[in-house]
Amino acid sequence: MIFHPPILALIAASLISSLVLAGAGLFAVRLLRHWDPASGAERQIELERITTLVSTVVAFVLVVEAASLVLFAFNADRMAPLFVGAMCAVGSLNASVWGFPTLWAKIVVFFAAFVWLAVDRVDGRTRDWALIRPKYAGLLVLAPLVFAEGALELAYFLDLKADTITSCCGKLFGEDKPNLGGDLAALDPFQAMGLLAGGLALAIGLGVVAARGRLLAALHGVVSLAVFGLALAAIVSAIAPYVYEQPHHHCPFCILKREYGHVGFALYVPLFVATGAGLASALLVPFEGRIDGAVATAARRGLTRTAVVGHLLFAVVAVVLVMRSGLTLTP
Amino acid sequence: MITLEGVTKVFDQGRHNQVTAVGGVDLVIADGRLTVLRGPSGSGKTTLLTLIGCLARPTTGRIRIDGEMVSGLPERFLTEVRRRTFGFVFQKFNLIRGLSALDNVVLPALPLGVAHRPLVERAFALLDHFGLADRAELAVENLSGGEAQRVAIARALINDPAVIVADEPTASLDGARVGQFLAIAEELRRSGKTVLITSHDPRITEAAIVDRLVTMADGRIVEAAP
Amino acid sequence: MRATFERRRHLLDFAVRSLARRPTKNLGLVAVYALVVFVVGSVMLYGAAIRREAAAMLASGPELTAQAMTMGRHEMSRSADVAALKGLRGARRIEPRLWGYLWDSAGAANYTVMVPTASDTAHALAKGEAIVGEGVARARKLAPGKMLFLVSPSGKFLKTRVKAILSAESALVSSDLVLVEEGDFRAFFELPADAWTDIAITVTNPREVTTVAEKAGLKLPGHRFVSRADMSRSAEALFSWREGLTLALLAGALLAFAILAFDKASGLSAEEKREIGILKAIGWESRDVIAVKLAEGGLISGLAFLLGVIGAWTHVFFFSAGLFEPVLKGWATLYPRFPLAPTLDALEMATLAMLTVLPYMAAILVPVWRTASADPDAVMR
Repeated sequence: MIFHPPILALIAASLISSLVLAGAGLFAVRLLRHWDPASGAERQIELERITTLVSTVVAFVLVVEAASLVLFAFNADRMAPLFVGAMCAVGSLNASVWGFPTLWAKIVVFFAAFVWLAVDRVDGRTRDWALIRPKYAGLLVLAPLVFAEGALELAYFLDLKADTITSCCGKLFGEDKPNLGGDLAALDPFQAMGLLAGGLALAIGLGVVAARGRLLAALHGVVSLAVFGLALAAIVSAIAPYVYEQPHHHCPFCILKREYGHVGFALYVPLFVATGAGLASALLVPFEGRIDGAVATAARRGLTRTAVVGHLLFAVVAVVLVMRSGLTLTP
Repeated sequence: MITLEGVTKVFDQGRHNQVTAVGGVDLVIADGRLTVLRGPSGSGKTTLLTLIGCLARPTTGRIRIDGEMVSGLPERFLTEVRRRTFGFVFQKFNLIRGLSALDNVVLPALPLGVAHRPLVERAFALLDHFGLADRAELAVENLSGGEAQRVAIARALINDPAVIVADEPTASLDGARVGQFLAIAEELRRSGKTVLITSHDPRITEAAIVDRLVTMADGRIVEAAP
Repeated sequence: MRATFERRRHLLDFAVRSLARRPTKNLGLVAVYALVVFVVGSVMLYGAAIRREAAAMLASGPELTAQAMTMGRHEMSRSADVAALKGLRGARRIEPRLWGYLWDSAGAANYTVMVPTASDTAHALAKGEAIVGEGVARARKLAPGKMLFLVSPSGKFLKTRVKAILSAESALVSSDLVLVEEGDFRAFFELPADAWTDIAITVTNPREVTTVAEKAGLKLPGHRFVSRADMSRSAEALFSWREGLTLALLAGALLAFAILAFDKASGLSAEEKREIGILKAIGWESRDVIAVKLAEGGLISGLAFLLGVIGAWTHVFFFSAGLFEPVLKGWATLYPRFPLAPTLDALEMATLAMLTVLPYMAAILVPVWRTASADPDAVMR
């Protein structure tokens, strides 16, 4: 265990999120058992009242999770000098088997909370609590995810020992390494960029027409998720090297640092928001039958518009970074 | 038009101190008329007023406003209906101390996202209409009882509601002010608003401007003129 | 879109005025809150500054250091020991070092007096020359070309001309440094010609430090080999223990503060409860009231955080954490002999916010909601 203040802060944040969602989860069980919107009984009024609290606390948890995701990445970067062979966040995350799983769990929790809140907002616009049951069933999925993330994070921090020998981005994203990172880095940058461009074009195109049909919206969600993967691959194989102006530096974290003007945020924030919005609009599709048509259409339009704007922003930033770079890769 | 069917309100349901404040009320309140709910203290008229005004939800029964069922709406929509439909004048005026008369009048409009300037202009026009233009910037605790009530009425009107609801409006007023209140009530009705008043004050219940008198006792309507 | 914006503006405006209407209560809360931020912030900023200093110090050192030991005590190495290590595989460079501490009564400070190693050509010195750290220069009002006089514990004089002053960026490590020529050093401290403080071993492959140390240990059994990683680990252990303990103690304070926040937020005065009842009755929704109350919490947090951070920053960097000196002095030899270099680090600020603002906001969530969900008909009962 390394007793750095950011680690204590991250553990505290996880603890708070978990506690809050444990309470919300218990309430979800109660709601699913006793919910009856037709009743004017005090129990029903109390349940309805508490739903406002749950919406507020999940929004709070989303903010906390987003902040903790950023803090986690930066802290990993800052811890690098403690581990032999670590130069940046990748090395610190590799210093324990729990490092990368924690990062992935944080990303999953972020999307889950994002989607839940999007559904919650749509439900708030229905006059008959149309989505209340699926929503609270969803909360029973979100809560364990947050616990699992907290547990992974704790395992990671407890497992960390100063002086662990680890491998950093040069190794993980070494082009000849037989792992996912290596495969990503070895991916031909032109191929990766081409795939990303195609994916983005498809996502944006689908986003524009998604408001017209349920199938299109569902497809848009799937493509958004795929674009998230393609974007990460393209960042590792091409965009990051362009930012660093070094063909063999593939790290997806260092672009967040001050040395590179924090440009990583300009890439990741639109990408995360677009992915979340795309997923949320697709998730709403199976429930649209229950919602008033106008509300469903407005919700889908809002979410797909957000996704399209996010994807466009991401594309523009990526293009600017590549154009601005002094690096020239040749096929 | 507001329609009530079999409306009840029970407090502390299932406990030993359970109270049935309103026990099965059917009532139709017509548009553009001045209706008075009369009855002794504890007859349930204020509770019924909170149910009609969407301040509380009935335990059982249905309430419709212009045909729309409001008794099962989530808070957000119920509030929306309430903001759109009702303006409230409370017995104790319920102005927020420390704020000026003008700031009190704009309060109901703040969550609606109305632009600042037109909002303040409208509030000032209302205060001016009630002869309070020179009191607009004064903190409300420095106003007299009659002035405070007129600020409360201006506040009730800021969102231009169709129904004005007043709970025991003359309880805190002396004789001369009662006439002033009645004049305002009549003016509101003449401008097309529905006015609903609870009172056991004979100066109100016997006033000539009352279109309809509904008498309550023990949570039920005992007498309702057509 | 515009309505959403106007709504937020109105609600924020209302929150500000609502805070201003209760100055005593809110200023009291801000004061306690700022104090918590100040205390936690001071510990954190101080710890981080020390950590940076240690890291910089270690980074500039060799991978492996050999120290002669006699009866478990540090002893001087001999030239023969250095010769014995010659040809050690995996070692890029083996250099004996000369350095020591000197208490300077004139400057009332401890200096590190050192001889630049043979490979350090950038700081090569001739007899009678010295290079001093920025802190020494400040304390003794030195400039290049001026004379520096040192007096050894046995009363010997050393008169040197200042050749250069080390740059301010490296002040963290070199602030108290005095570099002199080897002959001057030996004469000043009365050291025999073949005595050295320790031996620095630069290792080619950082992953082979342990192997190199083992091999060297066979050649020089009377020496102790300390790797940079060992020092980093022991420094880390020391910090962990100290800072962790301090923060853990402070966790109690944070918890107490969160309880206070919870209590403040739930124990509303009758007047405030009445106000919220009125707002609900005249058409505010629960989420409007929640928005106002959270905005109030956010404003209080922002103000308190700002005040606390400014206080902590001034305390640590301009008063050397004077208030906590008795506690922090236990950070032993690493206690800075000169003021710490002021820095403002985003990660530290984010951490501090997460440790203080987050518990506060979490603590007021439930009370705020409870307040906001007051029955709108309450004012009529």
